[in-house]
Amino acid sequence: MAEVDSAASLDGAKRVPLNASLLFISVFLIAACGLVYELVAGTLASYLLGDSVLQFSTVIGVYLSAMGLGSYLSKFIHRGLAQRFVDLELAVALVGGFSAPILFQAFAHTHAFRPTLYGIVLAVGTLVGLEIPILMRILKDQVRFKDLVAGVLTLDYIGALFASLLFPLLLMPKLGLVRTSLLFGLLNAAVGLWSTFLLKSQLGTLRLIRMRCAVVLTLLAIGLAGAHKFTLAVEEEIFSDEIVYAKDTPYQRIVLTRGRGSFQLFLNGNLQFSSADEYRYHEALVHPAFAVKPDAKRILVCGGGDGLAVREILKHPGVERVVLVDLDPAMTDMASHMPLLRELNGKSLLDPRVKVINADAMVWVAEDRTEAPFDIALVDFPDPNAYALGKLYTTRFYKLLRRRLGPDAAVSVQSTSPLMARKSFWCINATMEAAGFQTRPYHLAVPSFAVWGYVLASPRAFDVPRQTLPDLRYLSDEAMTAMFAFPKDMDRVPAEVNRLDNQVLVHLYTREWKRWS
Amino acid sequence: MKRRTILSTAAALPFAGLACKRGRKFPFEGELLGPSLELGHHVRDGALPEPAFFQPIDVVIVGGGIAGLSAARHFEGLGFKNYLLLELESGVGGTSRSGKNGVSAYPLAAHYVPAPTKDLTHLVKLLDEAGVIEGYDAKGEPLFAEQHLVRGPDERIFFHGQWWEGLYLHAGESTEDARQYRAFFQEIDRWTLWRDTKGRKAFTLPRSLGSDAPEVRALDTLSFKAWLEARGFSSERLLWLLDYAVRDDFGSRLDTTSAWAGIFYFAARKQGPGEESRPLLTWPEGNGFLVRHLFNSCKSRVRTGHGVTRVEPQKDGTLRVSAWCTRENRAVGFAAKRVVFAGPVQMAGRVVPALQKARGKAFFEAFAATPWLVANLTLRNRPAEHGFPLAWDNVIRQSEGLGYVVATHQSLRDHGPTVWTYYHALAGPDPKADWLKLAAMDWRACAALVVDDLKKAHPDIETHLARLDVMRWGHAMIRPRPGLLWSPLLDLARQPFQGVHFAHSDLSGLALFEEAQDHGIRAAEEVMAALQHQP
Repeated sequence: MAEVDSAASLDGAKRVPLNASLLFISVFLIAACGLVYELVAGTLASYLLGDSVLQFSTVIGVYLSAMGLGSYLSKFIHRGLAQRFVDLELAVALVGGFSAPILFQAFAHTHAFRPTLYGIVLAVGTLVGLEIPILMRILKDQVRFKDLVAGVLTLDYIGALFASLLFPLLLMPKLGLVRTSLLFGLLNAAVGLWSTFLLKSQLGTLRLIRMRCAVVLTLLAIGLAGAHKFTLAVEEEIFSDEIVYAKDTPYQRIVLTRGRGSFQLFLNGNLQFSSADEYRYHEALVHPAFAVKPDAKRILVCGGGDGLAVREILKHPGVERVVLVDLDPAMTDMASHMPLLRELNGKSLLDPRVKVINADAMVWVAEDRTEAPFDIALVDFPDPNAYALGKLYTTRFYKLLRRRLGPDAAVSVQSTSPLMARKSFWCINATMEAAGFQTRPYHLAVPSFAVWGYVLASPRAFDVPRQTLPDLRYLSDEAMTAMFAFPKDMDRVPAEVNRLDNQVLVHLYTREWKRWS
Repeated sequence: MKRRTILSTAAALPFAGLACKRGRKFPFEGELLGPSLELGHHVRDGALPEPAFFQPIDVVIVGGGIAGLSAARHFEGLGFKNYLLLELESGVGGTSRSGKNGVSAYPLAAHYVPAPTKDLTHLVKLLDEAGVIEGYDAKGEPLFAEQHLVRGPDERIFFHGQWWEGLYLHAGESTEDARQYRAFFQEIDRWTLWRDTKGRKAFTLPRSLGSDAPEVRALDTLSFKAWLEARGFSSERLLWLLDYAVRDDFGSRLDTTSAWAGIFYFAARKQGPGEESRPLLTWPEGNGFLVRHLFNSCKSRVRTGHGVTRVEPQKDGTLRVSAWCTRENRAVGFAAKRVVFAGPVQMAGRVVPALQKARGKAFFEAFAATPWLVANLTLRNRPAEHGFPLAWDNVIRQSEGLGYVVATHQSLRDHGPTVWTYYHALAGPDPKADWLKLAAMDWRACAALVVDDLKKAHPDIETHLARLDVMRWGHAMIRPRPGLLWSPLLDLARQPFQGVHFAHSDLSGLALFEEAQDHGIRAAEEVMAALQHQP
């Protein structure tokens, strides 16, 4: 019985003939797996870091040299070749299979993306480099040398071709990076398990080896089953760029995508900003209010958990306290700790003047008794496409907000697009007026959104602001004045007032935006 | 065994089946909250001792529901203080009581009132004092602060595996359905416009201000079902909506509801044809919000935990009121000049033996009321679902229950823990048999009834539940069966009896806040007038 073969006897003279043609098939499979890991790493690096030529070149370079390293190291393996081969398959399965999820996590949560990337490529390359020499040595007594070299290398290259075609045509579009890497990890581990049958005569305690195979297969299967939490295949088709981070929170689905030299944040599938032009949006949200109330010290931000509005606020040296009320702790944590976002918002949420409160802004504004009146309130909620958001655009909300403000405070409210959703925009303006605010609506172009609108307001009458900070990227004194002029196709239209008990804005907004989708 | 007992036992079988499933375990806690059945049993058994002393007082109000509290508030408004209000339960409010836990306040039964027009002067005044009214328009109509009006979305219905906006499902209706739907509301508009020779509307609130013309009264001679059939209304969707409406507002079905009541439901709250019906006022704690304002005006003269067991007219014209103090387990007595009996008519028969004798059995049987099961479900978080988002009122189409209202809807909390209040009117043909069934159900049986119904729309509801508390109401709503609303029995029930004045929504035949308030104030006025003639 094979089980009684001891490992010590394996390199001895006692040989049971191996099924060489079946082992050639495993060469084909491991070659395909190896190339898939390389392509996953290269693609992922180009998505996350941009500059695909550099990323692919360095990934391929590191990978191939690591394979060379693996081939070199193979000579130090003397005994128990069959056992080593199975171990090798399981190791490649784990490192290669989990490479994509690990790299995404490293990108989202650490500063060590590049070291992780090249570390993984190096590890996978080295392990893959060991595979073929060891397999050839296992087979060397079974097959003539010239047939062995021809067979192994032919199938190695064909496997690579197979993978290189499958990857862009089927795997990426249908499965995405995470599932592809996990699936090929499973395949790799399956080859390991299969080889315990093919190499039965040369292996030690089979039960132990197969148990290891089972553990690796289970881990990868769990990973694959959990991959939907990371990204949905359907979602990848909705977003035009690659998803680099996704998280379901109790409140929303947060997705970060990366592509075309910038990255984008989506909440429940709705674009919140693109790093390419968010400065336009956030400069326009923040600075006009400061022009109305230049000596503002206490600032309230409702929504805006990405910290980008706070970045602009902190450019005003007189600011002493910023209270940011955002529903979702996952969002503000991301903005505080994820390198990508922290870099963009200049660590604004970590500034000692800033206090982050995770609460429903409406409930907080109604119930908080601890904060003194604010000089400026910046209202940066997602568009009113659901009732739970629609309430944040009602007379009730604006009246509650007014109670939290000083008598000459300034307020700016992001108010969707006056071009795409003209009635919705003017409905927000009318609602603020009904809540007792004097309003000055304005707009600008934010290319990743559309022409975008805001309502600047104060409990008292005020003039159109004409001055702003120097050294901004979009706003200048001239640009400031220009924002307050409305062309004819966006000019005021009569609109109903949005109240808690009618929620007209949600209906209006949904109807207006439907025309453009 | 009497025939009646056999029938009610047979009717109880499906429920008994539930009650017998001892093995069923729920991953949440809860209890039966009430009502206090024990005292009622003692009264019937005559097991309670007599009070040692009857304390002289001008007026005793029996019952702290909306009618009793409104009478007390009226006394306070007049500066009259020589009265006491006795309430059996530990809190006042009757079916408008509310509860509260760490998540939210919630109603125990009644949870809204339609925003009144200026004609409902008493209610407008109460709401104004409670801060619900912001001002008045040029015509003197009240303007309501938006946070007290139901926040949109107000209603949704679960049908064919998903939620839809509104209670009437327009999606998939046939042209005939649509025609009948329009025709029904045209008929309602006709009644909204209708005026009698004195210029009175056919249906208005309180109903005492409406017309008593024969044409209007004739509507009370037939059931809503018969009235609908006579006009060719057969659309299943329309009939479902109307049946739901009468179950929800009256605790009865189309065939056990007077046509007058059915039309009243739709027409009384409209100013004119085509107008939307009145918006609804609601609070997280339901009508407990209004109870608090009524109670604040009279609380020093309210005694809770005092169940009145007997009211006996004396030869000297006073009334001996015996009550049982449940906290101290002792009898207390009052010698009152007048009594405002602000409980259900049937209870008056049990507590005032002379009345029972004078009015006879048939009189009391006319005031049969529908029992209700109301459950408060505390959820750790909200179940995932399909279709239209969570509304204030959420109704499952294929259910005997009435659905649930969301307590946190009005407090604007759209995420995280919440409390749902689930309603089930036992609208069977025999309310007494229904009550025996309900009273026999333990917590487990009640919880099973509620959970199994909600599972139709929320299959994973049990995993979200932290608590499920059940309130069983024996006398939740007077049933406006055909013939009651214009019956001479209602007039008789309003007549004072040997110094006892009556105040309860039963006296209108409609279990509505406005009616209860109206009767409470009327009874208080009667008492004040009587006391002035009797120093």
